[in-house]
Amino acid sequence: MAKTLLDKVWDAHTVRTLPSGQTQLLIGLHLIHEVTTPQAFQMLRDSKLKVRMPERTFGTLDHIIPTTDQTRPYADPLAEEMAVHMIRNMKDFSLPLFDMSTGKQGIVHVIGPELGLTQPGMTIACGDSHTSTHGAVGAIAFGIGTTQVRDVLATQCLAMARPKLRQVRVDGALAKGVYAKDVILAIINRLGVKGGVGYAYEYAGPVIDRMTMEERLTVCNMSIEGGARCGYVNPDQTTIDYLRGRQYAPAGAAFDKAAAWWKSVASAPGASFDDVARLDGGAIEPMVTWGINPGMSVGVSQRIPAPESAPESDRSTFREALAHMSFQAGQPIKGAKIDVAFVGSCTNGRLSDLRIAAEVAKKGKVAKGVRALIVPGSQQVAKAAEAEGLHEIFQAAGFQWRKAGCSMCLGMNPDQLVGREMSASSSNRNFIGRQGSPTGRTLLMSPAMVAAAAITGAVADVREILK
Amino acid sequence: MSAATDYTRRQITGRGIPLPGNDIDTDRIIPARFLKEVTFETMGQHAFEDARKQNPEHPFNSPVYKGASVLVVGQNFGCGSSREHAPQALMRWGIAAIVGGSFGEIFFGNCVMLGIPCLRASQEDLEWLQREIGRSPQSPMTVDVEKQEVRFGDRTVKATIPDGPRNQLVGGTWDSTAVLLEAGAAIETTARKLPYVAGF
Repeated sequence: MAKTLLDKVWDAHTVRTLPSGQTQLLIGLHLIHEVTTPQAFQMLRDSKLKVRMPERTFGTLDHIIPTTDQTRPYADPLAEEMAVHMIRNMKDFSLPLFDMSTGKQGIVHVIGPELGLTQPGMTIACGDSHTSTHGAVGAIAFGIGTTQVRDVLATQCLAMARPKLRQVRVDGALAKGVYAKDVILAIINRLGVKGGVGYAYEYAGPVIDRMTMEERLTVCNMSIEGGARCGYVNPDQTTIDYLRGRQYAPAGAAFDKAAAWWKSVASAPGASFDDVARLDGGAIEPMVTWGINPGMSVGVSQRIPAPESAPESDRSTFREALAHMSFQAGQPIKGAKIDVAFVGSCTNGRLSDLRIAAEVAKKGKVAKGVRALIVPGSQQVAKAAEAEGLHEIFQAAGFQWRKAGCSMCLGMNPDQLVGREMSASSSNRNFIGRQGSPTGRTLLMSPAMVAAAAITGAVADVREILK
Repeated sequence: MSAATDYTRRQITGRGIPLPGNDIDTDRIIPARFLKEVTFETMGQHAFEDARKQNPEHPFNSPVYKGASVLVVGQNFGCGSSREHAPQALMRWGIAAIVGGSFGEIFFGNCVMLGIPCLRASQEDLEWLQREIGRSPQSPMTVDVEKQEVRFGDRTVKATIPDGPRNQLVGGTWDSTAVLLEAGAAIETTARKLPYVAGF
């Protein structure tokens, strides 16, 4: 029978079937960061266990670090304590840490692919739900909790059940001004925030095939927002070209052998899926979320829907969303005033994201009263962007050029919303309180749309600005 | 924990606490700013902190539900972030079992790792349970993991959990490190067969 990538990778990493019926699955790459690991290392110490495969474990600092002054000790003593623990744990267990001094620090889901650590055919785990990002290269990548981090540290394995597989096909071609972020927001809008529960998503079709690796990373990043356990794209020439020359990718003759194996793990023609969903890429508009979960979105030309348009069971969440956001059903999303603009995060903090935001930034100046942040996803992204002069374009337009980190995606570092501020954000979650203020409001959109909102002072249609 | 600790989770009996609403994410259960801790010890104090401040009527504020151990929720509970701090916060608040329509998958897995069963029931039964708990918050209810049912008063409703986690919970093998370690050298054998481990 023609096997899918999920089947091939799962089978190759199966250590045994557990008495519970689950699979004991080997994890080929374990990425760790400061927030979800200190307790896991303590559990390891308490049980007198070692790290099973230290050579397959890599760490970085991303969630808690400030993006302005990164001199230690950090101003926030709690953040400093987390950094101290991370550095000590990595040292005590002899694990590599990409800290500031390496020039390779960054958001864990940005640096994994960037360093070539993330490779096709791998199983990858990290104590962060956006680990699904790494599926873009053709890996099966899971977000896990801290006790599972302990398991991976101690055994290099997880106890897991194989998810069902849904192929999500995006046909046609995207219009100008429509990006990978719009595609994944449209997918989540269509399939729902719980539509993926029990599934892995295989993204396919002409639109996905034509995407660059960075665009695929954006799509796979938000698989979890659609409820899917993980998401991936089959490895192809784009994948191989992306990995060539990266620090941890094989080199020389080994690269060609690797490339052949990588291609071989792709889903075979004729492989069958538990479900197939299709979207017309040509029909996707620039998307903007209006509510309190990533499925509550509309095209920028559309109006905020009425609760009555939703299934009965979702109506209370709908009403809660409208109340939290201070929106009226039927109101156009375009023109909604913003206070903050944020380009960055593991979803959209890569070089291509900054390039497109800079292209829009050239068309104007940050609107009066708007606080606009550009936060590169890694030190390497920052360096490459500065080499192209992107930081100067941003600064000339009134954007703040920051240092690498998770920043305003979540309220764990000094970059936070204040009070009821409305944020146009290239991040992944518009949950209540997500950006640090319990009453703060988030509108998710593409980096181009964030830049457009920044210079307009309100939600704008980037297609009109780029005309 | 001592060797005598009973890890089996065949059934959990306790008072209920209803939390209506769908898509309650882990940021809501515990806002990220409380994650800046190197232990889980304080998490219980911050369960639903912002939601409780914004809504005095929040069930976690109500003295009648103090001491409850069975949380009855809606659809897609625990979606979003992988933070184990969310189930840790609920557990340290006193929750020992959750009944809902569906669960965020990472949250569900994290709950299993802590020995907290999450069972799925129909929307109709969830609404009934939430109503009944509201009417008589002092009445005990039972989440029967083994039989996959929930009992309240004289009524029993169906509540399911996939076989794998059910076996782990009922068998007391949810603390998985020991189970995974039993594979021994098979772990390295599996790794060595992978070209990216063995070398291309």
